[in-house]
Amino acid sequence: MCGIVGLLLKKPAMRPRLGELMVPMLIGMTERGPDSAGMAVFTDRVAEQRRKVSLYCADAAFNWRHLEGALMELLGDAKFEVKANHCIVTTDGNPQLVREWLTREHPTVHVLSVGRSIDLYKDIGLPADVAKRYAFDTFSGSHIVGHTRMATESAVTPENAHPYTAGEDWCLVHNGSLANPGSIRRKLEKLGSRFESDCDTEGACRYLHWRLEKGETLETALEHAFSDFDGFFTFLMGTHDKLALVRDPFACKPAVVAETDDYVAIASEFRSLAHLPGVKHATIFEPKPAEVYSWSVQ
Amino acid sequence: MVSAVKATTGTVAFDLSKQTLRELNQFLHGDLSAVKHVTVENPDGAHSIAVGLNAPVSVEVNGHAGYYLAGMNQEASVTVHGNAGPGCAENMMSGRVEVKGFASGGAGASAHGGLLVIHGDAGLRCGISLKGASIVVGGDVGSFSAFMAQAGTLVICGDAGDGLGDSLYEAVIYVRGAVRSLGADARIEPMTSDDVATVQRLLTEAGLTHAPTDFKRIASAKTLYHWNADAKQTY
Repeated sequence: MCGIVGLLLKKPAMRPRLGELMVPMLIGMTERGPDSAGMAVFTDRVAEQRRKVSLYCADAAFNWRHLEGALMELLGDAKFEVKANHCIVTTDGNPQLVREWLTREHPTVHVLSVGRSIDLYKDIGLPADVAKRYAFDTFSGSHIVGHTRMATESAVTPENAHPYTAGEDWCLVHNGSLANPGSIRRKLEKLGSRFESDCDTEGACRYLHWRLEKGETLETALEHAFSDFDGFFTFLMGTHDKLALVRDPFACKPAVVAETDDYVAIASEFRSLAHLPGVKHATIFEPKPAEVYSWSVQ
Repeated sequence: MVSAVKATTGTVAFDLSKQTLRELNQFLHGDLSAVKHVTVENPDGAHSIAVGLNAPVSVEVNGHAGYYLAGMNQEASVTVHGNAGPGCAENMMSGRVEVKGFASGGAGASAHGGLLVIHGDAGLRCGISLKGASIVVGGDVGSFSAFMAQAGTLVICGDAGDGLGDSLYEAVIYVRGAVRSLGADARIEPMTSDDVATVQRLLTEAGLTHAPTDFKRIASAKTLYHWNADAKQTY
């Protein structure tokens, strides 16, 4: 069991309230996922040549200052925003250099996401604790993809927490389990994908990203997933300007959507939506199985 | 803190933004001889609201309920002015559960008796393993509804998804709209006057006004009742 939450604000004036509205959604899914939590937040895009890289180190005593100096040297220019075990590097340099350098020099520091819009946080602990650790309530942006995890098929570790990312400005969270993650992984590794965890969800994330990179639409990519994924899933996916939601053909895992003029909110259960302003008059529905739903930032 | 019973009306009000679910359910499991009506405000998707009731009390939930609303209900009448999460009225024994909005998956699963009315749509597996209750759905039902239903009646005023009535035993389904596909061993049969009377009675009890003659009857062809070695597992 896991919990999924998503929120897309339709009115730019509401964006400073994204964190404040989203934290109770995440905490509302604690019983579905008490061991880890994560959040992808999509902000205004940085300039075309710039990239944001979210980094994580499990060691709370890690010296980010030391890393900053070395990365400045490597990238030429960089801005650093450190929050607890997490750092966002914004740079005109090549983000691939960061990944390669970290693997070599600081293997305990992990790249969580790369993009012009996405910032990504994930860690082990109760959702309320993770939200507090990284001050989720202060987040501002257009949309989020969040997750609370109850581990079933891989260990409780920060890298096995969701969301997962691949490429740039793409993330996915998963409620369910896949029975054939090994074959998906072997297929993608032959095509050059590098996996960073042993969670089944990483395969789903990289598989869909691989198909999108080939130029397929999300609908087509998911059509392939329905036959290539053996298992149960509700997936919530985020890009720089979209949220997308799909449930497996048997709809084994729940999801509910509430939409008003101000927002689209998605959660595994209504109890994560009950606090939202105007929800009593929202259009509320359950997504149908094997149907792709998506909402764009206006 | 349990709300005081208003002596004149026998009504008790609970507000789940101020009181706990456990307080509500413990009250509902206590001595209800002086209580006729219980209202529940701000349910906010809580699980297991009014489960295991065993008295002829009426409970009105004003808002959306989460998993297992009114599960195992006996005698009570529970109405939700909103939507219900998965497994509402599962294993109901008697009484009535009414959902004014939609109900999620597994509504009325294994219910033995009583009436479940869902005015909106029902999700997948509605009435799975039904054991004698009646279910009336005002809207559509999802796939695999009435799977292995053993006894009872499922009335669907809208459309049905895939695999309707797969491996039915003695339960009977009536559908007004389109059926995307029937499950193994389910078949459409002619409506008899008894069928029309049954549908009419249940629609009236549910407060719906469709013409019972617009419904089709779906029941078991009974080809799965006995093992058929010649079928080679292809059904």
